[in-house]
Amino acid sequence: MNKLIYGLLILLAIFHQDFWWWDDSDTLVLGFMPIGLFYHAMISVSAGLLWWLAVKYCWPKGLDDADEVQDPAQGGTA
Amino acid sequence: MTALIIISCYLALLLLLGAFSSRLFKGTAADYFLASRGIGSFLLLMSLFGTTMTAFALIGSTGASFKDGIGVYGKMASSSGIIHSACFFLVGIRLWSFGKKHGYTTQIQFFRDRFESDKLGLLLFPILVGLVIPYLLIGVMGAGVTIEKVTGGAFPSIFPAQGVGPAGVAAGAIPFWLGSAVICIVVLVYVFFGGVRGTAWANAFQTIVFILLGVITFSVIASRLGGLQAATQMVQEHNPEKLRRTVHDDDILTRYHGETAVYEKKLARWEAAPIDKKGREPRQPAKPHGIGKLKFLSYMLIPLSVGMFPHLFQHWLTAKSARSFRLSVVAHPLLIMLVWVPCVLIGVWATSAMIGGKPVIPYGFTNQNAVLAKLVKELTTPLLGGLLTAGILAAIMSSLDSQFLCLGSIFANDIVGHYIGADKLSDRQRIFYGRVFVILIVIVTYLLALTRPGGVFTLGVWCFSGFASLFPLVFAAVYWKRATKAGAYASVLAVAGTWLWLFAKAGYGANRSFLFMDMMPVATMFAASAIAMVVVSLMTRPPTQKTLGKFFA
Repeated sequence: MNKLIYGLLILLAIFHQDFWWWDDSDTLVLGFMPIGLFYHAMISVSAGLLWWLAVKYCWPKGLDDADEVQDPAQGGTA
Repeated sequence: MTALIIISCYLALLLLLGAFSSRLFKGTAADYFLASRGIGSFLLLMSLFGTTMTAFALIGSTGASFKDGIGVYGKMASSSGIIHSACFFLVGIRLWSFGKKHGYTTQIQFFRDRFESDKLGLLLFPILVGLVIPYLLIGVMGAGVTIEKVTGGAFPSIFPAQGVGPAGVAAGAIPFWLGSAVICIVVLVYVFFGGVRGTAWANAFQTIVFILLGVITFSVIASRLGGLQAATQMVQEHNPEKLRRTVHDDDILTRYHGETAVYEKKLARWEAAPIDKKGREPRQPAKPHGIGKLKFLSYMLIPLSVGMFPHLFQHWLTAKSARSFRLSVVAHPLLIMLVWVPCVLIGVWATSAMIGGKPVIPYGFTNQNAVLAKLVKELTTPLLGGLLTAGILAAIMSSLDSQFLCLGSIFANDIVGHYIGADKLSDRQRIFYGRVFVILIVIVTYLLALTRPGGVFTLGVWCFSGFASLFPLVFAAVYWKRATKAGAYASVLAVAGTWLWLFAKAGYGANRSFLFMDMMPVATMFAASAIAMVVVSLMTRPPTQKTLGKFFA
């Protein structure tokens, strides 16, 4: 699952280079949104979705244990 | 006058918020610098978002899309949505756990430990501080200029001489020196008393303010232009190149043709004077052009700066738990979209907006950073104008506060604390030094801002590029066991060297559209930094087992 999600994130970064919409000023989504802008707004939505999947399935192991470690600055041990 | 009343009320609210957050202050250094590592998910999201979004998110994005069209969103915003969250997820959470485990307050403490080098801190210190200062200056100057512009005519008897200069500010405006001083004092008050907790609360409030005002402004402007569809249709008719990332020979280019006389004058001046007063070859005035694909691609490296911003490092360390990062990682790209899409559309509409057959933004209007203010003034009420100004100041101050505090922390912890010995300083002394340095930094920044250094606004992208190019340093420190002290030095020196070399090639920032091999300079700097880190690390002795055990156990 980890590899799939990281793979999708890399794919998203590749899809970010949308040379296929580079020259299109005629297509409007909902009659007002230029396709080049709409596409990138969807890239933002996809980023939110993929990072949600990353948080759910690729959460680094052991980090939540660090919540239990006492902070040396508050009197714990380093 | 309406704008002035709204700004005054807004600043008073901020001071009240500062007073509230100072009541939560526990009196310890850990609380002052790190909010006792107790910031939860929502406050962390607002702090991180408010800190990364400067005034550029509102006025700069509108101005940039007015000039370059919709491509600005992909170049700066959607890429940031992917990369910023990657920095939070891959770097921020790890650094938070190291900070919690080993008691770090600043970035330099971490790098000194991880690379087993005291002097690396001394090398990083001037670079980090030097890259933050222009960023601070942009904020303070932006606030002073904004207040000066919107208060024109408010006090003709007190400031009669104000505004008769080239900035085109009406007489009676609150002068730049006073406006920027007031902003510095307000930020100083809540940072001084509330520490990082004060900045977190203020950032949350200010972030909500500028998001809401952006959306309201968008709705009102769209309605005044006849609706969303009518507004975009005017762009298709008059300046279709703003809806894509190319310019065709047969484009209508109404705005450009309207400005032909200005362009031809510039061209004639350029042809007549092959060398300027300083003996340099002036650049040929630019014709309208699209966004290059390599430039667009290399721009994606700039948001990596978030991984190395010292003020974000400090905010990361305030998190209550690793879980507190989850909301920031997921929601950050969506909040960027919420702020940027309306601003980009407004900027594009502004190129072609006509009311009664006349352009709302007159031809020949070249101050792109004033496009939003001009549009608001022409199309909305003074009340909304005043509220939007408060929103712009909110965006400025939500970055300034964190930067002031982080520089204070760096001086107090990495210089005074480090060389006197942190164990020899009491909590009260550490807070005292932190506050003294915050005051000194605010004063120095304010005095520098008063000189109005001309090139400071062009330095913004260079500062971001510098931080982004240092990303291989932090990434290797966190993930690569083989990264060594010598590799770290090589990486930092490679960034410093390439930065200085390319900055000089760009006429010390004068050439604003400077590209190297058709790419943003950050691409070369980043590659040099990464190669130096890898090659030199592999050629030198690996870190000790003690260090590896500390960070990779």
